[in-house]
Amino acid sequence: MTAARIFAVGGLMSYRALFYWLTPMIYIPSLVVAPIFQILLMAYIGRSAGLASDEFFLVGNAIQYAAVPCLFAMMHLVGGEKFQNTLGAILVSPAPRLPLFFGRAVPVVLNGAFVAAFSLLVGSLILGVEIPGGSIPPLALVILVAAFSCTGLGLINAALALRIRESAVLSNVLFGFLLIFTGANVPLSDLPDWMQTISQWIPFTHAIEAARELVDGASASSVLDLVGRELALGAAYLAAGYLLLRFFENQGRRHATLERS
Amino acid sequence: MNVPRLLWVGWRFYVKNLTLSSFYILTSVLQPIIFASVAYFMFEAGAREGTLLYVALGAGMMGIWSSTLFGSGGAIQWQRWQGVLEYSIAVPPPLLLVIVPLTIATASIGLYSLTATLFWGWLFFDVPLDVAHPIAFLVALPAAVLGLGLLGLVLASTFVLYRNANALSNLLEFPVWLVTGLLVSLSLLPGWVGPLSWVLAPTWGINALREAAIAGNPWPEIGMCLLLSAVYLVIGHFALRHFERLARERATLAIA
Repeated sequence: MTAARIFAVGGLMSYRALFYWLTPMIYIPSLVVAPIFQILLMAYIGRSAGLASDEFFLVGNAIQYAAVPCLFAMMHLVGGEKFQNTLGAILVSPAPRLPLFFGRAVPVVLNGAFVAAFSLLVGSLILGVEIPGGSIPPLALVILVAAFSCTGLGLINAALALRIRESAVLSNVLFGFLLIFTGANVPLSDLPDWMQTISQWIPFTHAIEAARELVDGASASSVLDLVGRELALGAAYLAAGYLLLRFFENQGRRHATLERS
Repeated sequence: MNVPRLLWVGWRFYVKNLTLSSFYILTSVLQPIIFASVAYFMFEAGAREGTLLYVALGAGMMGIWSSTLFGSGGAIQWQRWQGVLEYSIAVPPPLLLVIVPLTIATASIGLYSLTATLFWGWLFFDVPLDVAHPIAFLVALPAAVLGLGLLGLVLASTFVLYRNANALSNLLEFPVWLVTGLLVSLSLLPGWVGPLSWVLAPTWGINALREAAIAGNPWPEIGMCLLLSAVYLVIGHFALRHFERLARERATLAIA
C-alpha cells in the first residue's frame, strides 16, 4: 500500500513540485508551438531535397519531439532536486526506490504522449495530411508506447545527471541522436548499415514505423509486432535506468559526491 | 569617451565570458552538427540535386541564429541575475554601448557553429570547402555577424519586457530557421513569408555567404546586412531607452 501511494501520490506531487515553473507561458511556446515548427521545417527541407512526402516528416517529427518532454523532464527529476537542495532528503528516505522513480515517470509519459499527439493533429491540419479515423485509437496507443519507451531512455539520462554537470547538454545530444537515427527524417534504408543496426535498439524507431503504417491505413493488428518491440525496448531502458540510478546513488553515498556535480 | 575602444574591449570581454560556459559552447557546436547531419543525409538521399556546401553554410548559420537568440534574448535578464545591471546603467557610457558588444559577441560565438558544420561536413560527408570568392566571403562573414548581433540588440531590448525570455527564444528558433531559407529554398514557402524574410538579417547573411562561396555576387546581400544593421541599431536604441525609463520609473531594475 505504501509503495502504491509513493508511486501514485508521490509521483504526481513530485512532478508538480519540480515543474511548478512550467506555466502556460513557458509550456505553450516550448512544447506546443515549437514541435509544429520542427515538423514544418523538416517537411520543407524534405520538399527541397525531394526526399519524401509531408506525411513521412509529420509522423516522424511529431513522435520524435516527445523526446523533449521525456528526456528533459526525466533529467530534471534528478537535476531539479539537486538545484533545490532536496536530493539528499529524497535519497536518505527509506522509500522504496522502484515506486519512487517510476511514479515520477508516469506524468512524464503522459505529457510526452500529449505533446506528440497534439503536434501530429495540428501538423496534419496544416500540411493537409489525412489520418484515417479508424487509425486514431491504435495511433494513440503507439504514441503512448513511444513516450513510455523514450521515458525509459530518460531514466538513464536522469541517472547520468547524478554524475555529470552538463546534463542539459546530454539531453540535447540525445535529442539530436534520436532525430538522426530513428528514421524520423531519413528513411532507414538510406542510412549507413551501422546506423541502421543502432536504430533497431533505440526508442521511437519502431513506433514511428508503426505510426506511418497506421496513417497509411494499415490495421492495428499488422503493427502489433512493432509496438511490442517498442514496448520491450522501453521496459529494458527503464530497467537499465533504474539500475544505473541505484549504482550512481551508491557511488555518490560512498564518495560523498551526491550534490557535487 | 573612446567609443571604438569601449566596443572592442566589451566585445572581447563578452566573447571570453561566453566561451567559459561549456553549456553555451557545446550547444553552439553540437546542435548545428546534428541538424547539418540530418540535412546532409536528406539531401544525399533525396531526388533533387543540392550542393552540400549550401547545406553546411545553412546549418552553420542556424547555429549563429540560435547563439544570438538565446544569448541576446536573455542578455539583460542575465545581467540582472548576475547583479551587474545597475552598474551597467549607472556607468557614464550609454547603456546601448554596453549592450551592443554583448549582443555582437553572442553572434560571434556562433562562428563556432559555422566552423563546426563546415569541418564536420568536410570530414564525414565530403563537403568541398572551395570558396569561389574568398575575399568577399571574409567580408560577408563579419557583415552577417554584425547583422545578427544587432538583431540581437532588438531581441535583448524587447525580450526583457517578457518575463519568460527563454520560452520566447524556444518559440522563435525553428520559425526563423524556416522563413530565412537557411536550409529551405524560399521559393517553396508561401508568398507571404517573403516580406518576413526580408527584414531578418539571417536571410541576407546566408545569401551573402552562399553567393561568395558558390560563385555569385554577394555585394548586394552584404549591403543589405549593413543596412538592416543600421535599422536594428536605431530600433534597439529606442527600445533600450524605453526599457531604461520604465525600469527607473517603476524601480524594477533589479527585480526579475
